[in-house]
Amino acid sequence: MSKLTPVLSANWDQADSFTIEGYKRSGGYKAIKSALEKTPDEVIQLVKDSGLRGRGGAGFPTGMKWGFIPQGDNKEHYLVVNADESEPGTCKDMPLLMANPHVLVEGIIIGSYAIRANHAFIYIRGEVAHVVRRVQEAIAEAYKAGFLGKNILGKGFDLDLTLHVGAGAYICGEETALLDSLEGFRGQPRLRPPFPAIAGLYARPTVVNNVESIASVPSIINNGVEWFQSMGTEKSKGYTLYSLSGHVANPGQFEAPLGITLRELLELAGGIRPGHQIKFWTPGGSSTPMFTAEHLDVPLDYEGVGAAGSMLGTKALQIFDETTCVVRAALRWTEFYKHESCGKCTPCREGTWWLVQMLHDLEDGKGSEEDLAKLLDLCDNIAGRSFCALADGAVAPIISSLKYFRDEYLAHQKNGGCPFDPMKSTKFEMAGI
Amino acid sequence: MAFTSEQEAIMDSIVARYPRKRSAIMPLLHYVQSISGYVTPEGIEKISEKIEVATAEVTAVSTFYTQYKSEPVGEYHVGVCINTLCAVMGGDEIYDSVSKHLGIENGETTKDGKVSLERIECNAACDYAPVVMVNWEFFDNQTPASVNQLVDAARAGNPPAPTRGPKSLRTWKQNSEVLAGLSDGLAGEGVSAGEPSKLGLKISREGGAK
Repeated sequence: MSKLTPVLSANWDQADSFTIEGYKRSGGYKAIKSALEKTPDEVIQLVKDSGLRGRGGAGFPTGMKWGFIPQGDNKEHYLVVNADESEPGTCKDMPLLMANPHVLVEGIIIGSYAIRANHAFIYIRGEVAHVVRRVQEAIAEAYKAGFLGKNILGKGFDLDLTLHVGAGAYICGEETALLDSLEGFRGQPRLRPPFPAIAGLYARPTVVNNVESIASVPSIINNGVEWFQSMGTEKSKGYTLYSLSGHVANPGQFEAPLGITLRELLELAGGIRPGHQIKFWTPGGSSTPMFTAEHLDVPLDYEGVGAAGSMLGTKALQIFDETTCVVRAALRWTEFYKHESCGKCTPCREGTWWLVQMLHDLEDGKGSEEDLAKLLDLCDNIAGRSFCALADGAVAPIISSLKYFRDEYLAHQKNGGCPFDPMKSTKFEMAGI
Repeated sequence: MAFTSEQEAIMDSIVARYPRKRSAIMPLLHYVQSISGYVTPEGIEKISEKIEVATAEVTAVSTFYTQYKSEPVGEYHVGVCINTLCAVMGGDEIYDSVSKHLGIENGETTKDGKVSLERIECNAACDYAPVVMVNWEFFDNQTPASVNQLVDAARAGNPPAPTRGPKSLRTWKQNSEVLAGLSDGLAGEGVSAGEPSKLGLKISREGGAK
């Protein structure tokens, strides 16, 4: 089998891929016809059988999530799509929605039908005006074509779809904070249980799925469970979008079966930028512990990355070469988590503040070796002690960088500051400017 | 400042999108910014009236999210990504350069009201690093020189087009209207996808991925 399997990205080189005509020309809106012929339970079973797992980071089986929605409870149900893509390094959902918003709309129609929801929402981050335009227009086109609204395809199924635009808060990518934000509150995570499947949006049964997860559903309906299962590994089925960025010769999006390795992806991307070597990389965004050159052959699926001590996350492969100071990288990510901590839980709110102070000192060469132990102790008192996973993500770059590059932290102390020249890491340096 | 009856009607249509009124706070705040450029006290009061919650509740929401501004920003709001990957790839150098060039710091606006500057977090375009956003439109693969030229042109009233976006750059207020969920009819402009987005597809089409 080919190493690359473009499905969601298969029409991105068409000039009108984002229009309803362009989408239909590449086979779009066929899946809703066959899905609406089935019963909702049959659709849920099909998605369960496919083995599709959440593409937003946690990897929870999508069909099982749908199956948790109580049926016959005479309450409104909601499907909410998480398009808040903000995890550092993650850049798959925004190009997907810019180039192919209708595949999400079609997936939403199928998902809503399956969980018996008559109102669905897309919560999109606010810092992407043109992506907002494309999604808004796709929704309008779908209404005009009769794929949204009353009595869709004459099957007696009604669905309204509302686009909700965020306003710059990473935490709203956390599903319960997202729901609070969508209800018109500050985006702060909720204590669970109850889980959204029981009490989500407006305290009603709610499914929250990532863009890519929902967008994968039409292809499963069209091509079948066996087709989907023919890709991927034993417990990580199907294809997915891998995003390569940083010090690679050719960064970009690569849609491939789960389980491909970074070595294989780098071969396709033309390798590390000429004259340099890989130093560290994230498998799935900054919240996933970093890897090094020794992990190039780790299968990039949920189990493979987990077994190697990290998480598949969003498959955001941020690549850094030997010119990059790992202390600088860890500090900058930590500043991000400090900035984005919603302030609800003390360990995260106060802890990320202290982490930044300590890392600043360490970067300036002012720390001592005991400070490294103190730093780890602080991390230990932050991770797992908050409502949501932001705090766990915040300590990941620090703990993992100390694990692989402890000497580099010490070198800052010996050197009385950072021994790296930041200019050497820039793209301008790459271009020889 | 009083709101016109047309603006009131638009606000009512925004409220009507949701099963519960309060959910309309965020698009209404974007809409207020499209009128005033920032979240005004009058805007807060009007939203409070429309969705029937206290003004303090609306302010609490407004101050939580970084895209809502409590004072006017420039006609062209320039965000330089300084999260790790963009910073390392040159975002730090771009920020330092444009900050010096404009003589303003993070959160400040030039005296002519044309350009404001913000250090922004990851904007989901890492394969185009270093990235700069102007009024939340993508300017990909930037350099210190390109961004200095960009802000000079913006101040002269002739900003370049976004890399992936409409044919011409809209103002902060105009784009705030888009974020409020109101169509400006420009969805059809611009590329489907940039080259890095299509790289895997291209290699696959050329048979280079066997």
